[in-house]
Amino acid sequence: MAPHTQQLTAAPAVQLRGLTRSFDGRTVLDDIDLDLPAGQFTALLGHSGSGKSTLLRAIAGLDHEVVGSGRLTAPERVSVVFQDSRLLPWRRVLDNVLLGTNGKDAAEKGREALAEVGLKGRERAWPNELSGGEAQRAALARSLVREPELLLADEPFGALDALTRIRMHVLLRELWERHRPSVLLVTHDVDEAIVLADRVLVLDRGRIGLDLTIEAPHPRSYRHPLLGEYRERLLAALGVTEDHQ
Amino acid sequence: MTTTTTTVPVTAAEDTPAVRRRRRRGLAPGKRLPASRIVGPALFLALWAAASAAGQLDPGAIPAPWTVLRTAGHLWTAGTLPTDMLTSLERAAYGFALGLTAGVVLALASGLSRIGEALIDGTVQLNRAIPTLGLIPLFILWLGIGETFKIAIIAIVVYIPIYLNLHAALSGIDHRYVELAEVQGLSRLQFIRQIVIPGALPGFFVGLRLGVTGSWLSLVVLEQINATSGLGYLMFQAQNYGQSDVILVGLLIYGVFGLVSDSAVRLVERRVLSWRRTLSS
Repeated sequence: MAPHTQQLTAAPAVQLRGLTRSFDGRTVLDDIDLDLPAGQFTALLGHSGSGKSTLLRAIAGLDHEVVGSGRLTAPERVSVVFQDSRLLPWRRVLDNVLLGTNGKDAAEKGREALAEVGLKGRERAWPNELSGGEAQRAALARSLVREPELLLADEPFGALDALTRIRMHVLLRELWERHRPSVLLVTHDVDEAIVLADRVLVLDRGRIGLDLTIEAPHPRSYRHPLLGEYRERLLAALGVTEDHQ
Repeated sequence: MTTTTTTVPVTAAEDTPAVRRRRRRGLAPGKRLPASRIVGPALFLALWAAASAAGQLDPGAIPAPWTVLRTAGHLWTAGTLPTDMLTSLERAAYGFALGLTAGVVLALASGLSRIGEALIDGTVQLNRAIPTLGLIPLFILWLGIGETFKIAIIAIVVYIPIYLNLHAALSGIDHRYVELAEVQGLSRLQFIRQIVIPGALPGFFVGLRLGVTGSWLSLVVLEQINATSGLGYLMFQAQNYGQSDVILVGLLIYGVFGLVSDSAVRLVERRVLSWRRTLSS
């Protein structure tokens, strides 16, 4: 685990100090202090309405027009993967991947990124010819091609079927191993968080309710016995009790 | 009640005779008939020809199709039809080009900037409320009875639908794409060129087709009110002399013009919006 040692000394990729956001007088994020070390894969769990998307949008800088205070530092190269693939229907897949990039070798990089996500040969396809999983792969390629220091993902697999989702989990983890961006994955799926992330945060009423480091080797199986413990702790932090057991 | 149900082709029918299932009847209209656009008009033409041949139609009111064709040929070789057609085409083309330019420029100015919107949108909406053909007397006073006022009226009729549809499309840009552009670090110019404009094209084509139709519509009215040449003038003269065949020739040519220009716009639209897959394709 050599890569980890050098990251311990590096400055955090994301630093939040006293971050507060509110909508119509309702406080959604309440005085959050948080450091995300460079290269860490973090998952952010929470109920719907807990403010997890608000936190992600704040870090992405997508919340102009929102009332708030606090200090926030984030890397320059940030990519966002949304729940919908958000491909422009009037551009072919490769041109979608290249959106916002320039330079003469951009097209070559775009092809490489598409090959990396398993979409080699689909460069000239229109987005509406792709399946849901393929579209989300293209969206991943679009975020990769910018070589992000920080990858923000807002429930990126929420709209996919269960089988495709598992395949995307493997892919995302592989891509992370290869490129080592800092990742903040917003999800409401506890298992997804445990299987993918090295650290899981639970956001509860605008505050970080639980900060859990998951120490289990990758790749992780859903049936790994260690994960059951983490699962219970996380569900408890989310206020879910498994009465039926 | 008659139902046209078909059975699913069963490969091993002898094994499963009891569970033959009726295939559900689809709710979609089904496959398109071959040459379906032409069927209706062809039938109409056949009826017209048959009624004329049988002597059921008064040739003074509704001449036979072949009479209309013969008159068209005669007007083309010996009459003023070529110049009349050219004059009409020219008017429509000038008016349309002017209206298209004005509509696009105003919609861009108003759809892409808040100041532009404040200045332009209300004014155009007000203009829209006034029936354009009602402006004819005023325009004749201002611009004289020549070509200028005709072209001006056509341009107004054309620019309004183009402006309205393009402006609505520009300002109705999906907020998710705005976010995407911000995340991908697009500049304002890149955002407009790569997202706003292509996203607004479908709306623009709706306006364009309405505009093309509008240019012919206003042309017919203008040429019948006061003109000394053009198809409408030809038809107006024919009315004075009771030449219903000439009137029909004029209508026929207007129809062909309208059909051809609409088809041309649709052809361009299909090319430009090839990424769209809709029910009709």
